[in-house]
Order: sequence, then C-alpha cells, then structure tokens
Amino acid sequence: MTNSIAEIGGAATILAIGTNTTQAPPVLALQAKKAAREGANLIVANPKEIDLCRHATIHLQHRPGTDVALVMGMIKVIVDAGLADMDFINSRCENYDAFVDSLSEFDLPSVEKITGVPGELIGKAAKMYASEGPSSILYCMGITQHCHGTDNVWSLSNLALVTGNLGKANAGVNPLRGQNNVQGSCDMGALPDVYPGYQKVAKPENKLKFETAWGVSLSDQEGLTHSEIFDDIHDGKITSLYLIGENPYLSEANANHAIESMNRLDFLVVQDIFLTETAELADVVLPAASFAEKNGTFSNTERRIQRVRKAIDSPGEALPDWQITAAIAQKMGAKGFDFDDESQIMHEIASVTPSYGGISYDRLEGGGLQWPCPSPDHPGTPTLHLGKFGTPSGKAQFMPLSFRDSAELPDDEYPFLLTTDRSLFHYHTGSMTRRVDGLEQLDSEEFLKINPKDAASLGLEDNEVVQIASRRGQTQAKTKVTKICPPGLVSMTFHFAESPTNVLTSPALDPVAKIPETKVCAVKLEKA
Amino acid sequence: MSKVTITIDGMQISADEGMTVLEAAQAHGLYIPNLCNHPDLKPAGLCRVCVVKMDDWKVTVSCKQPVKDGMVISTEDPEVQKIRRNTVELIVADHPMTCLTCEADGNCELQRVAHYVGVTPEGLNRYRRKIRNIPMDRSNPFFDIDHSKCILCGICVRTCDELQNINAIDYAQRGVTSLISTLGNKPIADSRCESCGECVVRCPVAALAPKGAQEPMYEVKSICSYCGVGCGVMLGVRGQKVVSVEGDRNNPVNKGSLCVKGRYGYKFINHPERLSTPLIKKNGTLEEASWDEALDLIAEKFSGSKGDKFAALASARITNEDNYLIQKFTRAVMGTNNIDHCARL
Ligand code: SF4
Ligand code: SF4
Ligand code: SF4
Ligand code: FES
Repeated sequence: MTNSIAEIGGAATILAIGTNTTQAPPVLALQAKKAAREGANLIVANPKEIDLCRHATIHLQHRPGTDVALVMGMIKVIVDAGLADMDFINSRCENYDAFVDSLSEFDLPSVEKITGVPGELIGKAAKMYASEGPSSILYCMGITQHCHGTDNVWSLSNLALVTGNLGKANAGVNPLRGQNNVQGSCDMGALPDVYPGYQKVAKPENKLKFETAWGVSLSDQEGLTHSEIFDDIHDGKITSLYLIGENPYLSEANANHAIESMNRLDFLVVQDIFLTETAELADVVLPAASFAEKNGTFSNTERRIQRVRKAIDSPGEALPDWQITAAIAQKMGAKGFDFDDESQIMHEIASVTPSYGGISYDRLEGGGLQWPCPSPDHPGTPTLHLGKFGTPSGKAQFMPLSFRDSAELPDDEYPFLLTTDRSLFHYHTGSMTRRVDGLEQLDSEEFLKINPKDAASLGLEDNEVVQIASRRGQTQAKTKVTKICPPGLVSMTFHFAESPTNVLTSPALDPVAKIPETKVCAVKLEKA
Repeated sequence: MSKVTITIDGMQISADEGMTVLEAAQAHGLYIPNLCNHPDLKPAGLCRVCVVKMDDWKVTVSCKQPVKDGMVISTEDPEVQKIRRNTVELIVADHPMTCLTCEADGNCELQRVAHYVGVTPEGLNRYRRKIRNIPMDRSNPFFDIDHSKCILCGICVRTCDELQNINAIDYAQRGVTSLISTLGNKPIADSRCESCGECVVRCPVAALAPKGAQEPMYEVKSICSYCGVGCGVMLGVRGQKVVSVEGDRNNPVNKGSLCVKGRYGYKFINHPERLSTPLIKKNGTLEEASWDEALDLIAEKFSGSKGDKFAALASARITNEDNYLIQKFTRAVMGTNNIDHCARL
C-alpha cells in the first residue's frame, strides 16, 4: 500500500475495485465501512454484488476482465471535464501527452459496450473520484489475477496520478495484500528477479554487493517465476524442488499441470505444519513450527514490520523454518547460516536491505515500523511518495494503455464465465481453517454461486449438485442460487479439496507479473 | 484541546473539553458504576446506573453529560444512591443467580455494580420476578446467547452497528418481553452475523459468551497469522496450548478488532494432525525418520542438483527471517535465482 490502513478512514472518496473487502481482509474493511458511514463516498467496482455494496454510494458492476476499459473510461471523463490536476501532473509526472493520446479509444459509448456499465454511472463515479478527494483506491486479486493484470494496475495508477491522489495523506493506490506475510516475502527477495529490498539481480553492482556480503559467487541469471518453475519441472529441466508452506496441489491455476509436474520431480522436499495434499507427493516432509511457536517478524499490507512472538513449544520435533533451512545449508557445508536466534537474522537483513536498514527487534517493541526505514533513527514511512517518487527521475510515469480481452471468454461450448473469490471463514487451501471445527461448521463445502435466471434455464434448484467443466478439468459443487452473480457469471472459492476449483482455472499468464488468470475462465454446467 | 476543571465528590480533576463526566472520572481512575457504556461506542444512556448529581440540583446520567468548567458532581448524594439502588435492584431481580457456574463470574459488570451499590436480599425481594425462560441460542459454533442473562444494555447491538456496520442483531419486541434478536428471530448462525465475536467480548455479563472458554495462564503478544492486515493478537496460553485469542488493543493496526478467523480460528495450532517428525518416502509411503536421516538425504540430493536444476518456493505464510534464509540458501548455496513464492495466488 502507498498509504496506511488508518488513512482509509480519512479518505473522502474510496474506490474499492476487485476487492471483496468484507470477506478478505475483514478488519481493513471496517475502515472503509466506517468512512462510508461518516459520509465518505464509497465506489465499489465489482462484477458481483458483493457485501460491500450495501455500504456503497455507487456500484459499478462491470464485466470481469474489463477493468482497463472502465478505469481508462473514468480517466477520459476526468480529463475531458477539465478535472485533471495539472499542477500535480506538470510537477510530479512524466509521459502525460502520450498517455492522453491513448485515451481516445475509451469514449463512454465504447466503454459502456465493453464493461456493460451505463456510461452515465461511470461519468458520475469519475467526477466523484476526481473532485471529492482525498481519494483512495483499494484493490486486490480481482485486479491482478488477469492476463492483463499489470495493465489493470497501471490503469489505477494513471487514475490516481491524473487527479493528484498519490503521495498525499488519505489517498493513494492501495493493494490489499492477501496473505499474512506476502509483503514480507517479497521484501525479503523470495522472488526470482530481485535480492532483498527489490535490488535487481540483473544489475551487476547488486550481485557484487551480495557476493561480498555472503562471501560466495552468485548467478547473474534471473530465476524463474512460480508458474515457469512448474513448466520447467514438467519439461524435466528442474529436478529438485524445495517447497515451503505452500499447497500448489489446490492453489495453482490449472492444478492438474502442477500435480503432474511434481510427480515428475526426482526429489521433492515439502516443509509444512500439516501433511497437505502436496506434501503427500514429497520424497521428504519436514515438520515446521507454526506462527505461535516461533519468533520473527511479519510485514503487513501497509509495510508495517511487526514482531511475532513464541507462545508455546512446537509439537514433537518440529522446528522453525529458518532453523530447518540453516540445518540443510550447514549439512551441505555452507557458511553464513550459523545464527543463534531470529534477531541476528534481522541484523543481517538490515545490513543488506536499505529499506529495512533501521529495523532491529528493540525498535519493534511498540507498534512496529513501516518501511522505508533506512536508519536506526528513522521513524518509518506511513505514506509513500510524499515529495518524490521512487523512480530514477523522481517522477511518476503515466502509462498509455489499450484494452485487451481476457484469454478465455465464454463461447457456445463453455457458455459461463467462472470467477473465483474467497470465503470469510476460510483461508486459502484450508489446510489451517478447515481443521478448525467451528469454521468448518460455518462453511463446510464449496458452492457454485449462480444467478436465478441461469439456474432456471439449466433446470437447477438451489443446493443441487452441479458438474462444472472447463477445457482443463472438471469438478462438482452444490449450487447457491443468488443474484450476487449477474446472469452469465458463476463464482467459486478454492478452499475445498473436495471441489478443487483450480483444475478449472486458466493458466494464461500476465506477461509481466506472471500471474495466472484465475479470475476469468469459461465453463459449462450440467446437473450432476 | 482545551482543559476544564471539574469536582467529583470533592476532588478536583482536569478533563478535556468534549469528554463526558464518566469519561473524565475514568481517565482519573475513579469508578462510577455503569452498565451500558463502552469506551468504543457512543454513549447510549440506557441503563441509568451511572446517575450522578450535578451542581447540587440536577440528577443526570454521567455517560451523556458533557463536562463544563467548574462543574460539581456528586456520586454519593442520597437521591443518587436511592435511584441507583432501585435501578440496579430491578436489573438484578431479573437475573439468574447462577454466578458460580457462570462464564463471566469475577469478570462481570453486573456483579461489580451490584457489589458497589450493595444489593440486599430484602431489596431484591421487592422486585423479584420469574426469570424469563427463553431457550438459549447455541447455533453459533463459537459463542452462545443466553437471553435469561441479558440486561438489555444494547452494547452488542451498537457494536454490530457502529463498529462492524453489519447489523446482524437488534432489539425485538417491547416492554418486559424485549430481547436481542436477529432479523426474523432466526438462530444467529442463520443470520447475516459474521461471527467476529466483537459483541461477545463487549457483553458486560455472560449473555453472549464464548463456547468452552478457558481462562489462559498468561498471554503472549503476537500477530495474527492469517491475512495481510496483520492484526495484533494476544495469544492466551495454558501449558503448551493456545486456548484463546484476544485483539491487542494497543496495536496501531487493529486497535483490538479481529475477524472470525483471527479470533476463533486458532485450533489448528494444537491440532493432532500437526507434523511432528520428518517423514521420508520409502517404497511409496511416507515413514517417520530422524532429522539426521532426513538432512543427510536432502544434503546429498540437493548437492547433486545445484544450479538451474533446483528451485525453491518460499511462502507468504512464514516470517521475514524464514524467507530471508530460504532465498539466501537458494542463491548462495544452490547457485540459482529460481526462488519464488505464492504472492500471485
Ligand atoms: S447480550 Fe450482552 S451486550 Fe447484548 S444487550 Fe444483552 S447484556 Fe447487553
Ligand atoms: S459476532 Fe459480530 S457480526 Fe455477529 S452479531 Fe456479534 S458483532 Fe455482529
Ligand atoms: S484478524 Fe482477520 S483481518 Fe486481522 S489479520 Fe487476522 S485474518 Fe486478517
Ligand atoms: S452507563 Fe450511563 S446510562 Fe448506562
């Protein structure tokens, strides 16, 4: 997030797009609901009539995958109405003219045709966002899990820039990071192209820096991303995989491909707290400590680094993940893994990661610190980009965009568009929440949400088992007949191993972020 | 903020303008009995237990009375005492006398108020009515609703409305038949309730009480392990078991709020299916093994697949320190940048 969670409550207009915020993450949704209650405008852009719509001033119910058209359409309205913040654009941005040229394809009639949202409503939302600021954008996987997810994000950044809603309090472009430490794993360089602190592998000076710090020589080749790793395993190029706390058996788009790949590995090590579906495939399974059994830090969605503290001992011989990795490294004769405790690791992190340079456990005793926090006397950074942007020129880039369709749209054979979401009561593949009896009682099986009209045309009743098939696989679930989904759109979660939604989803990747398009694929339905 | 000075029972205290008399008293550690007030909610003035006398003439509810400079408050004026005693006796007379087996025993605002006022059997007998016999709502897996213990303070209703904006519950019916209910008086599990438990933690009695609650021996401050909000939690520990989770009110992110997963989703921690030893696959089945055996095997296999034959998938679930070491291992020991995690899913 460019801004802090607490700042959402201070926004005058909130645009929540591609986020089912009251289901995930619910405590953050409290801020949006509070702001709306106290008079802020809440614009919800979502193909489904999600719970947050109850609090919304405007609901833009666009077709899945048409975000670029919707947002660029809004920007065109803003520019045409003379509501662009020219002072901000001239002083803090670049590439505006080329960007404005790219707006020509996004006239309201065209946008209305692509998105299915009345042009008038788009215009109203655009003017509200532009003129009743500070305006804050919240987004989540509904924006990123598309084959044009990067374009979606750029469109939101364009919208914020054109109205000067970046680099100031209570505004910003705020991705709501889903998993507890997804921010931290990125910060720590658990990514193929960057070292800790987003220092590019491709830059020789960074490689040199880490070679010096770690006393080894490093590869100058960028690594492979998640989906590419599975492809290379499939092709026999990668033969060993060390997989920690992840369950691709259920979470990976086009899951059958991932399972087939893992079966081809020479050697699979899975490190987890439970024997997940994926762990069953492993050659070696290593027992890890849960969060309640270890010390360390998590970095939340607003970049706040907070202390996790050990409350109890691990069951049996389970160990914290870092101790296991260090033990493997030491068995292999490596140096630089002899840490006594977690604070020593943080010390090393701070020494090589500029944005964590001022972090130490002593300083985290209060409410944590928000990075960038480059030095021991730096107070942390609640709001990013205040005086300048993190680009080489210090200015923000406008990105000209054009609209592209989703990779797989409904046709005669597969007439429904399937999108995925999450349940409030479960988490990811359910390896934790489905072992909590009460949560299981509140939500125990997958439901295919479907509009009453579609259900009627297929002769389906509520709560009836239905067969769902895509070009890649098939599964079953019960129906939940509900107007939450507009006609033509059906929706499932992916929490339930009994109804593995991701055997259906599309592996089409965003070319830049390499995120699979789990939000849009075509399916057909049959009474089971 | 400008300060004012008020006098409570002869004691001069300073208060911020805009505070209520009750808030000013509480800020100085002075107890004025109260039931329907909660610091997170707007004052409702429903229970009338917090009555005080102002400037020697006006009886008023302290939870709604704003402070004014030079104001003189008495909490022990005979008229105040009489009203307060009657009010409390009326509430207690309606309440089941099952304190010793009640979840809220020792932690109950009604007990505290009754002790403070000094409720007597004689006083209660004047009002004693038949305890209402409304069946408990046990439909929610995490908490029960016992209407017979409810004092109708409305704290739950206001929590669900003002703080959660969910509005799953409200008052239903009138007069002596009033009760807290869902739309259509359905079991709470069939209502729009999201099971956040925010109403449960605020209920001053045990009308809303967690199921099978165990008092922890001690609490450890940590962070919720589910989503990216990173809510502060207090993990309640008994022996080697996590038996409760409370929101950390001092955490700047959630200021005490939690969702259903964070508050009630902790039973996976001590789940019997937790992995407790390394496992090695032998003849197609995973068998228990020692750490030495597992590490030797891994070291041998990994040593033979250095470079781009190797990949590691770290996790968005584990700590920064864990992730840092895994990427360091992949890069420095295995000699490849094939490291990613599930950020994209
Ligand atoms: S259930 Fe508890 S909080 Fe709600 S009105 Fe009754 S006593 Fe008050
Ligand atoms: S648990 Fe939460 S949602 Fe349910 S009634 Fe209480 S406050 Fe409302
Ligand atoms: S309590 Fe709920 S909102 Fe808060 S971090 Fe945990 S899962 Fe997320
Ligand atoms: S606390 Fe003041 S009226 Fe209830």
